[in-house]
Amino acid sequence: MIELRDATVTVRSDGGVRTLLQPTTCTLTERRVAVIGANGSGKSTLARLVNGLVLPSTGTVRVDGLDTARDGAAVRRRVGFVFTDPDAQLVMPTPVEDVALSLRRMVPAAGRDAAARAVLARFGLADHAEVPVHALSGGQKQLLALAGVLAVQPAVLVCDEPTTLLDLRWRDVVDELLDSLEQQLLLVTHNLAAAARADRVLVVDDGRVVFDGDAATAIAAYQLLMSARPV
Amino acid sequence: MNRGSASASAGLLGLYHPGTSWLHRRGAGSKAAALAVLGLAVVVLRGPLWALGLLAGVVLLAVSARLPLRTTTRALVPLLVTALLVGGYQCWQRGWATGVEIAADLVTVVLAATVVTATTSADRMLDALTRALGPLRRVGGAPETVALAVGLMLRAVPALMRTATEVRDAARARGLERDPRALLVPAAVRAVGRARATGEALAARGIGD
Repeated sequence: MIELRDATVTVRSDGGVRTLLQPTTCTLTERRVAVIGANGSGKSTLARLVNGLVLPSTGTVRVDGLDTARDGAAVRRRVGFVFTDPDAQLVMPTPVEDVALSLRRMVPAAGRDAAARAVLARFGLADHAEVPVHALSGGQKQLLALAGVLAVQPAVLVCDEPTTLLDLRWRDVVDELLDSLEQQLLLVTHNLAAAARADRVLVVDDGRVVFDGDAATAIAAYQLLMSARPV
Repeated sequence: MNRGSASASAGLLGLYHPGTSWLHRRGAGSKAAALAVLGLAVVVLRGPLWALGLLAGVVLLAVSARLPLRTTTRALVPLLVTALLVGGYQCWQRGWATGVEIAADLVTVVLAATVVTATTSADRMLDALTRALGPLRRVGGAPETVALAVGLMLRAVPALMRTATEVRDAARARGLERDPRALLVPAAVRAVGRARATGEALAARGIGD
């Protein structure tokens, strides 16, 4: 369960203070929650709050009762995070090494390589275990990023536009994978088809949640919001 | 693993090249210790004969590790060019003996380090570093974190080389390949950006907490 209580995010900018997220209060218990909104609206800030990558300037954010500010390490063990660009997520030069890095805390050294290869096999990447990460396609990289995060079996998965950089085929592969997960999923997306499958959708605009409800109504509200040309 | 990927994986310095050679089976700690001893020997043992002898020894090690000759040699070309330039300059300034010694020493140390990283997975390297840095705990240090930083630094070499190639291509596309600012500034900015992204990725994955 994800709980935001009057959570705000502000940053210092050009001598002043800029608000990235206005006071936000919500409790997310649904298995699939989507966050949609324009570029720069505050969606990613909201997502990063849940993993503790961004801490609230005021208010609190809790995941399964753990406070992201006070229990950061425990929160990150419960909440996996997938970035838009897998190149930002993959830190080791080969897939097997990258997944093994995720498993360091869970699996003893003797069995870690085999465990990493088993994870890669589960995600259809067994044949690419030792291929340099930079030689993988964008879709394979995103699949690997997901494999590295899901290898440690987080209770919650936060995905920040995971399919934005992918072609249609890989987008479908990643969407299907996300749909099949047992974890609670918080999906930031521009893909309205994916948002339509969510149990609950938040629409974010100009740093505030302007709509929170069922998918069909939320998408209609978002489309109305987007019908005005950007200035 | 198919042959194409094997070649690719050995195409850049600092990449792990999986295999079953005796060097792959050796512990990461013993290889790192041997590398440190070699570094010391390169400094202590003076003269071109010693330098060429050590180089021959390291080349034999690389051959016995069964690293693909062509791709490894190709990856070493920038180093060989640098060694030739530095060695040539030293020959001109201080005589052939010094030039040969310096060039051979340079290639010896980098080739030996390449053999170590190519035959040791990042995971085993991190385990060895964590064990070696264990005493840091007594003074409040975190061996896992320091080992992770060192391990990431070693593994960042291929990424930095790739960044340099991308920057060079971008400069060439804009007709700026002869402008050092078009090469150095974006390379530095991208390296810093990559370091920040790596830190954020590690934090997001709870690694190093």
